Amino acid sequence: MSVTTPATSAKPRASRFRLPIIWVLLLGIFAIAWLLVSLFGRGDFVSANNLGNILERATALGIVAIGQTFAILVASIDLSVAYLISVAAVMASFIMQGDPAKVPLAILVVLGIGAVVGAINGLLITKARINPLIATLGVGLILRGVLNASFQNFTGSVPASFQFLAYGSVGPIPVPVIILAGLTLLSALLLARTRFGAHIYAVGGNRITARLSGIRDHRVVIGAHVITSITAVITGLYLSSRLRSGAPWIGTDGVYDLESIAAVVVGGTVLAGGRGGVLGTVAGVLIFAVLDTMFNQLGVNSYLKQVLRGLIIIGAVAIYAARSREVVG
Amino acid sequence: MAPNVSTEQAAAGVMRGRSWHPAIAGVIKVLPIFLILAGILVWIAFLNPRFLEPAQFLNFIRRSAPLMILAGGQLFVIVVGGFDLSQGSLVTLTVLLGALLASGDPSTTWWVILLLYGIALAVGVFNGAVTSYLRVPSFITTLGMLLTLKGAALLATGGAPRGALPTNFRAFGRAYIEGVPLLGRVPWAVIVLLVIGGVLIFLFHYTQFGKQALAVGDNQHAARLSGVNVGLVRIAAFVVSALSAVTAGIMLGGFSGVSLNVGDGLELESISAVVLGGAALLGGRGNMLAALAGALTLQALFTLLNFLGLPSPIRVAVQGVIIIGAVGFASWRAARGGQETEA
Repeated sequence: MSVTTPATSAKPRASRFRLPIIWVLLLGIFAIAWLLVSLFGRGDFVSANNLGNILERATALGIVAIGQTFAILVASIDLSVAYLISVAAVMASFIMQGDPAKVPLAILVVLGIGAVVGAINGLLITKARINPLIATLGVGLILRGVLNASFQNFTGSVPASFQFLAYGSVGPIPVPVIILAGLTLLSALLLARTRFGAHIYAVGGNRITARLSGIRDHRVVIGAHVITSITAVITGLYLSSRLRSGAPWIGTDGVYDLESIAAVVVGGTVLAGGRGGVLGTVAGVLIFAVLDTMFNQLGVNSYLKQVLRGLIIIGAVAIYAARSREVVG
Repeated sequence: MAPNVSTEQAAAGVMRGRSWHPAIAGVIKVLPIFLILAGILVWIAFLNPRFLEPAQFLNFIRRSAPLMILAGGQLFVIVVGGFDLSQGSLVTLTVLLGALLASGDPSTTWWVILLLYGIALAVGVFNGAVTSYLRVPSFITTLGMLLTLKGAALLATGGAPRGALPTNFRAFGRAYIEGVPLLGRVPWAVIVLLVIGGVLIFLFHYTQFGKQALAVGDNQHAARLSGVNVGLVRIAAFVVSALSAVTAGIMLGGFSGVSLNVGDGLELESISAVVLGGAALLGGRGNMLAALAGALTLQALFTLLNFLGLPSPIRVAVQGVIIIGAVGFASWRAARGGQETEA
């Protein structure tokens, strides 16, 4: 068993140290998937087309899971993201109404909604001291209620220019891949190289100690939640671009709340906060995407796929837990 | 002040061999939930005076029974410091598998029910053992179980409801005992609720297991050092939760029939109910009567919003406001008492 190092001092090392394990697991799963699909499946697993598919599948979940990582790192959690994704997608296409001139306005409004919802989540958790699970579940239910009372179906549409976000490509690289890679890099740098990043690990590791060391822990938690909500609205924008319109069920249909939490934890970030990082999360998301593609190419029944996915989530986290001496609830 | 039976009290009870009235002592402390409940019931009665007549009121209790039983089971898991997100899927599995296996034949009811409880036992032991011995956070264990059970239910039935629940199976949810003095018709579900509610209160407040569960949730290292088998207590808590889910499923199958989404979201409703009842989310505090009252309050709230004629999406939003408000109020009270806790 390894000795657990204090979260704060282990921060830069932890992210560098963690990278190989989870990515080795990803490579292993990729190799197994490749083998199984070549033996029993349809199509070529490593074609450029298929790899593009895997990455695109990973984009929507990946963006919001990066944000969820921030919430979990400060020992919080965000159950409102699925509803916020729906709100963002519907509001974006409702404001755009197919008019390219309104794209900047729509993006600004939706980002504003994200910032406000994130700030509300953070304030409820820090100032009103409401358990994060209940606070974000409550906010999610409010968003869902208001959204469903106002919109029942696909609303408005996005102009062709906006669909560049989901369908465009720069040279040979699809835009979604660039977005995901860009956000990953940005978040990894934010966590590893800035003061705010260091504060996130400190507050997540031990909030009381962080406060006594002079860190304004409330601001850090609120900041983390604003980031989580912003990534949720970016996912909403991406989905409205891909579906060409927004509907009130697209966030909940994707189960982005629970799936993003699962991806973060599979990626090695500890639910208790203070340890982990976005590189692990992205690997977790890619593992889900590889498995999904593999099951599709093997023609696995979609319900059986769900059963396997549940067991894989438990199994993956069990492998991690076995490596630490942490005791959990 | 903590609005609940605290672990210290329970521990004191264990040490001094005192086990008198912990439920009642707790009720006095968790009065707010009963005040809220009474307020909502009065409001409903104001809108619809017939609501308090025995027939209507018993029907309201009948509708609340499944959520109350789920909340009772969920309380055990929350009190040991975990969550059970798999309850809703287990309800769905109970209804779908029950209908598939029984296919309307009353003679099969008893072994089908026995089999369903067997599945619940296995699910509970799995959730508890994976959480305790493989050290997977219960949030993730039961989330995986949620996906697995829902998938299994759909896999077994091919994605559409098949078969039917026999009448004697459905009786638990929808039959009545006729001609009871004063009350008229009494739903079976109310009797079932009284029996199971009694068992849950007894288990939680009057047994060694209940006290050990509180101790594990409060400080598992201390509990282990005082000789509590922490893993076993945790497994038992998850088993109680799973058994309560199958019970709720049998009742829901009774009155709402066979559908694919019968259990959707129930796990979050039962967690909300337990929290409304004042349990601490990271374990160590809780009161069974208050948790049951929390579930009744949630159901009363749905009924009230219905009477007020609000569209159903708005009901969801109000539910969100209420759980934030209730928990916010509880931690404000705790903060005023000078305690550094999160409710």
